Amino acid sequence: MLKKRIIPCLDIKDGRVVKGVNFVGLRDAGDPVESAKEYNDLGADELVFLDITATKEKRKTLAELVEKVAAQVFIPLTVGGGIRTVEDMQFILRAGADKVSVNSAAVKNPELVKEGALKFGSQCIVGAVDAAKRDSGNGWEIFIHGGSKETGIDLIDWVKELEELGAGEILLTSINSDGTKDGFDLEMLKAVTEAVNIPVIASGGAGSIQHFIDVFKNTGADAALAASIFHFGEIAIRDVKFELKKEEIPVRIEKNKS
Amino acid sequence: MIAIIDYGAGNLNSIQKALEFIGEKTIILETGNLKEIDKYSGLVLPGVGAFPGAMKRLKENKFDEFIDAFVATGKPFLGVCLGMQLLFEWGFEDQKTEGLGLLKGDIIKMKTEYKIPHMGWNQLEIVKNDPLFEGLPENPHFYFVHSYQLAEITDEVLATVGYGTTIPAVIRKDNVIAFQFHPEKSGDNGIKLLKNFRELL
Repeated sequence: MLKKRIIPCLDIKDGRVVKGVNFVGLRDAGDPVESAKEYNDLGADELVFLDITATKEKRKTLAELVEKVAAQVFIPLTVGGGIRTVEDMQFILRAGADKVSVNSAAVKNPELVKEGALKFGSQCIVGAVDAAKRDSGNGWEIFIHGGSKETGIDLIDWVKELEELGAGEILLTSINSDGTKDGFDLEMLKAVTEAVNIPVIASGGAGSIQHFIDVFKNTGADAALAASIFHFGEIAIRDVKFELKKEEIPVRIEKNKS
Repeated sequence: MIAIIDYGAGNLNSIQKALEFIGEKTIILETGNLKEIDKYSGLVLPGVGAFPGAMKRLKENKFDEFIDAFVATGKPFLGVCLGMQLLFEWGFEDQKTEGLGLLKGDIIKMKTEYKIPHMGWNQLEIVKNDPLFEGLPENPHFYFVHSYQLAEITDEVLATVGYGTTIPAVIRKDNVIAFQFHPEKSGDNGIKLLKNFRELL
């Protein structure tokens, strides 16, 4: 049976991890290779690197970082932030990323998703979506530019379109839940996982182990992503997985031969 | 030195980096140059993409002949993911296409009630023990991304994986070895498996 994935997200600025892993004994919390190794050892199923500088000049720095991580850590790597063209995708994939995530650029130019999927395969293209509940309470709307710009586009219409364009996965962040630590946006995730047939990664709101249990029990999410709670060691990935397993949610925990 | 076949399908970097990580020298081959065959202790056929296009490019670059000649030396040959599927007799992705025919069976679209592709971490059921599995945990996890599979559990299948259907995951006939999953993306288990493959060199 396929396992539910737990994915830490690392924010990158100028080729360094800005929200590093905060564990004792780690020599340099800002070193992406050290952070990636640490997360691998702790049982992360994949890693997401989000470049928050995301300027053209910084792309080379980002590619160098991806290359270093990919030479040492052998789990799937997704890289996002500022990817605007098929050439950008190629540059990052060549450096060793397994998937690229596109957000604002896909909204402005949906063909980007299609071209990327045709060229590299759907499994390489993650459609990242930031959405918030409409003031009317009627459904959700997507936002771009780090959640700052309203688009008027309906969330459900957009995720269906992303699937049709060839995205292999949806990384869904709830703007309402993000940073609250009050739990994932179950209602939004339920609606999206029912609307599409590609894997959905839940993001935004994780604050406790119970929140991970809730998201997998109540929605069709295939994976759950979190940043700060893992970085600051508030919650250990291993503990999340053990608790999920107790609840009979399938997770990747190796059983050593006796 | 392990040679990796580059036929323009997908990312070779990951498998190359994983082999270098375990201390192997690697070389990327862009055409099937038969003269060089003695230099290589092992050969890897990676692959992401579609069966018909991949077979076409393998033939255009004479890799089909190269692979046959390499396998005849008795040195280990590994196919990964699409590279695994190409080793069988026929592929039914998009159109019926003849494969390399090194292993028995056909490659068909997965029949499952679950989402396709089968993407993520899943656990092997080992059906026949083999030195390849030495030192791995019980029912080890590996990372899969695929929509097609070997149709039957042939007597060459060493391990399978369950996904609403039974999917052959490790197949071996003497020095021809095939993994449906990506060892280069499967964390510590993948590295261990590649080390065990290296032991065969």
